[in-house]
Amino acid sequence: MLELKDLTYQVEENNETLTIIDHLDLTIDDGKFIVITGPNGGGKSTLAKLIMGVKELTSGQMIFDGEDITECSITDRARKGISFAFQQPVHFKGIKVLDLLRLATGENISVAAACEYLSKVGLCAKEYIDREVNSSLSGGELKRIEIATVLARGTKFSIFDEPEAGIDIWSFQNLIQVFENIRKTVKGTVLIISHQERILNIADEIIVIEDGKVKKHGPKDEILPELLGTADAVNRACSKMS
Amino acid sequence: MLDNIQKQLLKEVVDLYKMPKGAYNIRANGEKAARNTTENIDIVTKEDKPGIDIIIKDGTKNESVHIPVVLSESGLKETVYNDFYIGEDCDVVIVAGCGISNCGTHDSEHDGVHRFFVGKNSKIRYVEKHYGEGDGSGKRILNPVTEVYQKENSYVDMEMVQIKGVDSTHRITKAELGEGATMIVHERLMTHGEQKATSVYEVELNGEGSSTDVISRSVAKDSSEQIFEAAIIGNTVCNGHAECDAIIMDNAHVVAVPKLDARNVDAALIHEAAIGKIAGEQLIKLMSLGLTEKEAEEQIIGGFLR
Ligand SMILES: Nc1ncnc2c1ncn2[C@@H]1O[C@H](COP(=O)(O)OP(=O)(O)OP(=O)(O)O)[C@@H](O)[C@H]1O
Ligand SMILES: [Mg+2]
Repeated sequence: MLELKDLTYQVEENNETLTIIDHLDLTIDDGKFIVITGPNGGGKSTLAKLIMGVKELTSGQMIFDGEDITECSITDRARKGISFAFQQPVHFKGIKVLDLLRLATGENISVAAACEYLSKVGLCAKEYIDREVNSSLSGGELKRIEIATVLARGTKFSIFDEPEAGIDIWSFQNLIQVFENIRKTVKGTVLIISHQERILNIADEIIVIEDGKVKKHGPKDEILPELLGTADAVNRACSKMS
Repeated sequence: MLDNIQKQLLKEVVDLYKMPKGAYNIRANGEKAARNTTENIDIVTKEDKPGIDIIIKDGTKNESVHIPVVLSESGLKETVYNDFYIGEDCDVVIVAGCGISNCGTHDSEHDGVHRFFVGKNSKIRYVEKHYGEGDGSGKRILNPVTEVYQKENSYVDMEMVQIKGVDSTHRITKAELGEGATMIVHERLMTHGEQKATSVYEVELNGEGSSTDVISRSVAKDSSEQIFEAAIIGNTVCNGHAECDAIIMDNAHVVAVPKLDARNVDAALIHEAAIGKIAGEQLIKLMSLGLTEKEAEEQIIGGFLR
């Protein structure tokens, strides 16, 4: 279980204090498949980075499986079982896809085992396993490799920040299946940040983050109709105007 | 004949555990330690100065020459002249390299002057590794000079590696390329402590359709200093590209000096240089996989210098 207590994250910009995450409280139960959504700039990625320890809290407390991890480094959190697939994957000169997957598993896994993870994200493994994770890979390819590194870690708490971004529509169906599979097979908690209805649709719970706060949090069946309702309302308003 | 320290040095510079196949000449502490010639590759000791001539017959294919140098005596200073005469239509691998072990208080220095005369249509792969070890206060100094003269349609691929233990290096590489000739250089360098390394390339593209690609990847740690100078002179229709990509750490100092000199409208010359610290996101990504910051750094540098 992950408990976020009164989290605040502020940045200084031009002598002004911007509050990005604003006294946020949230409890995420074990084994749940949760989708976080909300407007652009609402603070979703920031929240994910705070959980991974990539950004430092201004105030508040984080408890992971009963243990206070507020002061823990990225490495410690990773070793305690938190993983994070970044919205914008990083590239490396000279580090190969195989190397990255081996670092992710923490073992010298076989090429065949590494290929499994690539196949899971819809990449033809043998074409990619020996390639460098550098800028010669397309955005979508990097994104899939990023997802594969988190799958390879197989930790009890995995965060994916907009995994569908940059993935072509043909592969999108495939990706949904990947996440449905994760949902079925992974015992841990999965937290996906997404704007996609089809991903929202496979969630157990949906969380809406807006202005750095939890706007809504509840079972999918309750939250999704509300969200779609508001979208419909907007569409109707727009069609009236035209 | 070779002691254990010398054998270890050999292993570092030419990946040799025992005597290589093919032609070789091993120089240890200023003297010839072993030599082998083949039907196609002759090695002759110079009469007028220290060094050897390596003569490779026309049409020699799939053969190799190893000419490692090891220094394990503190205070030894030498300048050695090696000339390679490579015939036409050859395809050979040449492995050079120098390992210095200095446990004493005197500076040890090896200055190798290598000249390559590459015949028409010949293909050469040249690998040169530098390695230093030993905890004495004496410095380990290597100042290699390489000159390459390439005839029509010849192809030279050079790999220069210096990862550890050399206190001071001043490398000068000069090349003159004839029609359709190609020269590729991959340099990999890591400096630490107070080490200084300078690498100067001057490639003259004289023949029509000649081309060169000089690529340097380096990591400068601690208070070390690196200077990379690449000059490409385009005298005709040609293609030249030089690239310097450096990671700077701690209190290091890195200088990249590009020089492109085009003397023909059809000379296409490009220089790229990038110097920067390890990207924060790269460290963060690897740490989020469970690596410590130090482990992440090692992985990033290891990949970069691969
Ligand atoms: N270091 C910073 N300095 C200034 N503003 C910042 C900083 N970090 C985040 N922000 C701002 O905080 C807000 C939240 O950003 P965040 O990336 O968390 O949004 P998001 O919900 O993930 O949006 P999206 O759906 O577009 O990915 C944005 O307005 C962003 O510009
Ligand atoms: Mg975001």
